[in-house]
This record gives sequence, C-alpha cells and structure tokens, in this order.
Amino acid sequence: MKKVIAQSEIDVNEEGYLLDFQQWNKKIAEELAKEHNISLTDKHWEVIDYIQDKYKNEEPLSVRGIKNSGVLDIKEFYGLFPGGPLKVSTLIAGIPKPKSCI
Amino acid sequence: MGTTQVKKMLFILSKATIENVYAAFVMANGARMEGIESEIFFTFFGLEAIQKKKLEHLHVATVGNPAMHMPTMLGGLPGVEALATKMMKKEMEKLDMPAVGEFLEILSDSGCKLWACKLAVDMFHLKREDLIDELDGILTIGDFYSRADQEGTHLLFI
Repeated sequence: MKKVIAQSEIDVNEEGYLLDFQQWNKKIAEELAKEHNISLTDKHWEVIDYIQDKYKNEEPLSVRGIKNSGVLDIKEFYGLFPGGPLKVSTLIAGIPKPKSCI
Repeated sequence: MGTTQVKKMLFILSKATIENVYAAFVMANGARMEGIESEIFFTFFGLEAIQKKKLEHLHVATVGNPAMHMPTMLGGLPGVEALATKMMKKEMEKLDMPAVGEFLEILSDSGCKLWACKLAVDMFHLKREDLIDELDGILTIGDFYSRADQEGTHLLFI
C-alpha cells in the first residue's frame, strides 16, 4: 500500500508498518507518532534509536528486553507509547511489528 | 488484521502447575502488549504463584496429564516431576521466558492488576506479607466481578 506522509510517499502494509526502512526519516516518524496522538520527546527518540539498533543487529525485541535495556523501564515504556508500546514504537521507528508473545 | 473488540481481559487462576501459571501470564501480558487491559485473580492453588516462598518452586504436572506421554505410574516416581520441570524451564529460558517472580514484576509494571482471592487467602491462613509486594489487593469474587466495568470485557477461568 502507498501512503503519503510528511511530503513523501512510503510503502506500508495493511497495519501501517513501513515495508522498507530506507524510506523512513524523522519527519515521517513525527507524523506517524501524531497519528497515535504522541508528540515525540527526547526520551521517545532515545527509545526509537534503541529499537532501531536492535533491529539492525537482528536481535528480537521483547518487553523483557526493554526491562533489561538500561534505556527505560517498562512503566515508562507503557507511558511513552500508550496502546501497546512495542507495537506502536516499532511502527513509528519504521521497523516491522515484533513477532514476540512476551 | 482488524481492530480487536476485546477491551479488557480478566483471568482467574486457580492452579499452580507451571503450564497453567504461564498460560495465564502470557495471555495477560500479551493483552497489555496489544493495549488491552488485563487483571489476574489468584485463587485456591493459584495463590502459590504469588506466595514469596513458593513462586519459584512451581512444578509441571506429570501425573494425570496425558500430554506428558508417560505412564501415570512412572510420573509418580520420585524425581520424575522435578526432572520434567527442569526440562520445561530450560526450554522456556531458550524462548526468553522470564521466571515466575520476574514475570510478575513485568506484569505489574505493564499495568496488569494482580489480586488475591480473600476466601482462599483465609482458607490457607495466609497473611499479606506472605504474598508478593506487587499485589494490588485482596478481593472477594464479587469485588473482582465489579472489575468487569466496560463493554468488551472477557473473563477466563484457568
């Protein structure tokens, strides 16, 4: 599916996740965050950097991993990305939705 | 995939075997990860999962469990249950499944409410300090039903 956002055209799946990380940029992230009623703060960017790093290193993402990340704790994670933090943060970060159940 | 109609999951955990406890925990945590509210009511043997002294010593059931694919008599021999439990824990660790105590912390931090059943607490002569610090309170079943306060609430007995 094509989607026009922040003056660029991106390819997304039916749930709105970017299909090609190369198309991602910070402007797009800000717009995607707005769609989830989130305005990105420095802490959000820190989390986005962290999960993008994990993705680039092909390490699986999980809530337990967040707990041990040293970047933030689980309570903060739920506070920053309401409505399912792993789901929402990965969508904004332009990476696929994690397949993890934990 | 469409948007779920499930808004809140209420679990009643009445058993203390590892497979039942993890089933409840994974579903409750999975709900929170999807933005669905979740709460667990620990009753009868389920209370073992929130007793500080017992929660890291839960076992898998080897007797009366046809899925273990071993004769019931064998499952009852000394050490068999411990061995099966050890093997299962090893497999779960490979999947990055947290131990019971850590899982409870994750659930609590994720906003999953944890309740103990008043009747069962009284029956087993337990005190508040015997139970985990993360516990949100001790409720009657009536109190727990009143947690089902919105459309799209589901209640599951394990």
